[in-house]
Amino acid sequence: MRFALRRLGFFVVTLWVALTLNFLLPRLMPGNPALAMLAKFHGQIGPGTLHALEVLFGVNTQQSLWSQYVTYLHHVFTLNFGPSLDFYPESVTSVIGSAIWWTLGLVGVATILAFVLGTGLGIVSAWKRGGRLDSVLPPVFVITSAIPYFWMGMVLVLIFGFTLGWLPTQGGYYVSTDSPGLNWIFFQDVLSHAVLPALALIITLIGTWILTMRNTMITTLAEDYVRMARAKGLPGRRIMLDYAARNAILPNLTGFAMSLGFVVGGAILIEYVFNYPGVGYMLLQAVQGEDYPLEQALFLLITVAVLVAILIADIATALLDPRTRTSG
Amino acid sequence: MSLPISGVPTAVDQPGQLPGAQPGAAGPGPAARQPTTHALTRMGRAIRSNRKATVGTVLLAIFLFAALFPGLIAKDDPGADAYQPKLGISTAHLLGTTAQGQDMWAQLVWGTRNVMIIAFVVGLAATGIAVLIGVAAAYLGGLWDGSLSLLTDVLLVIPLFPLLIIIAGYAHGGGTLVLILVITVTSWSYTARQLRSQALSLRRRDFLEAAKVRGERRLYIIVVEVIPTMTSLIVAAFLTNALYAVLFASSLQFIGLGNPNTQSWGTMLYWAQNEAALQTGQAMWAIAPGLCIALLGAAFALLNYAFDEIGNPALRPVRRRRRKRA
Repeated sequence: MRFALRRLGFFVVTLWVALTLNFLLPRLMPGNPALAMLAKFHGQIGPGTLHALEVLFGVNTQQSLWSQYVTYLHHVFTLNFGPSLDFYPESVTSVIGSAIWWTLGLVGVATILAFVLGTGLGIVSAWKRGGRLDSVLPPVFVITSAIPYFWMGMVLVLIFGFTLGWLPTQGGYYVSTDSPGLNWIFFQDVLSHAVLPALALIITLIGTWILTMRNTMITTLAEDYVRMARAKGLPGRRIMLDYAARNAILPNLTGFAMSLGFVVGGAILIEYVFNYPGVGYMLLQAVQGEDYPLEQALFLLITVAVLVAILIADIATALLDPRTRTSG
Repeated sequence: MSLPISGVPTAVDQPGQLPGAQPGAAGPGPAARQPTTHALTRMGRAIRSNRKATVGTVLLAIFLFAALFPGLIAKDDPGADAYQPKLGISTAHLLGTTAQGQDMWAQLVWGTRNVMIIAFVVGLAATGIAVLIGVAAAYLGGLWDGSLSLLTDVLLVIPLFPLLIIIAGYAHGGGTLVLILVITVTSWSYTARQLRSQALSLRRRDFLEAAKVRGERRLYIIVVEVIPTMTSLIVAAFLTNALYAVLFASSLQFIGLGNPNTQSWGTMLYWAQNEAALQTGQAMWAIAPGLCIALLGAAFALLNYAFDEIGNPALRPVRRRRRKRA
């Protein structure tokens, strides 16, 4: 219980830091970017909205920094991020609401697949230590883990998109011909548009899972209870899965719970390369279009997702492994 | 692992000797007084005997050479629009020319310098911060440890890349210096945490107790006794930070948040994407710089894994026992 409370406290502190960073950054940066943004959108938005934004970013107000801060916090906790400037007059919340599903679908599925495949390969690789799989996989994935994943995306686009012409390379569906909704053609198109970005993500994500699983598994295989199982003459599969892998999988599971949090903001550049209509691509658009309200809300969303995932990972670890409870 | 316990107050303790190799002794550090050449030979042997270390060192050496003497490898001016645009690969233009008529090979070679500067400056600076905070937290303990660890942990879980994007966006393409600053400030936390736990495990060691009994000042103990013992971990921290710096900086430059006029791999990718190089048959424009980023990143990663293996023999690849079966 104390452990859970402590993790909760950490969650709150980190959230507060992220909120405050979000508040202070535009005010601290040289050249007052908020002022430049407001000048750019002057005349395009109504005076009421303009005033609201001025308050939000602390421009032309007589309010003290502290009362600005209080107003800002109030806005955040009521999920009132104001209008998006790029998508004016739509509100930031509704703009994000339409983008998030694309990201959750694409990156979520890719993350789960990478975890399952990577952990499986790691188990087999450690079990058949020194075998063919084990001598090929680790060096290959040391290299793939250093590949910028947006570049992996570009290479896939080049090969399967432009050279072979097998798969579409841009967007989430055919914007001009598809009618989004529950119909078979739309579903097929969404799927075919997701293949390449998902593949790029899986290739770059899978290496870490393989390596951590392999390395913990190797340590576990040296334990006495594994030797005991061998001595008892248990079948190899049973030792591999029930004795070694089951105990070795904990770091990977914790990592997996955490990586679920990075689903929301973790594939920004992949979405950029593929013009995929998700949250990450939207963040870049917001930064380039100086749509600060949207940018701030997206950053908060991404941070909160990560924080929640870490909290869950901590609690799950404590539930799964009694050894961590006291030391935490 | 045998830690030297020095009873003589003036003697400088040698770094803790890991079996097999001492990666930290690689630098031209003045700390090792007598056996400089000896340590270097040992280092060389360790690199040669570990295949990952060999490959990593060779790759890093090639990129260092290109960064120091780009003029020797590529004769063209990377910025000059001197040629016909969109030429293919030929002996005159090893990678062809860009849509603006610049020689791509020259851009690639001259671009190495920017990436290497970012990698090494960020690597050193972030590692410096990490050592300072990690060791101070572990050694000072109490409230200091609490607050410094909290700072580290908070920074560790805040999603860095979105934060980087936002700061760089506010800064409006301030160029390499801004990139270095932003990446350094945000990326030290992971290594600081590792260094803290290592320093914590050192706290109770006899040679530190001895120093305390001798009446050495805290600063002296931290700088002369604790930090040299952690050299191998500090080198690993440098490699990790340098790898992150390369990836982060290139990514930011790729999306146009660096200065698009600097010569670097990330900006090459930015222009390639802007000019739709993949669609117009100029794939090299995007492939070459990306491959270089991957290779440089792999060099840092390989060296890191190699040091890990040297320090932790359990992870070393086992020899295949084919001969027995045959």
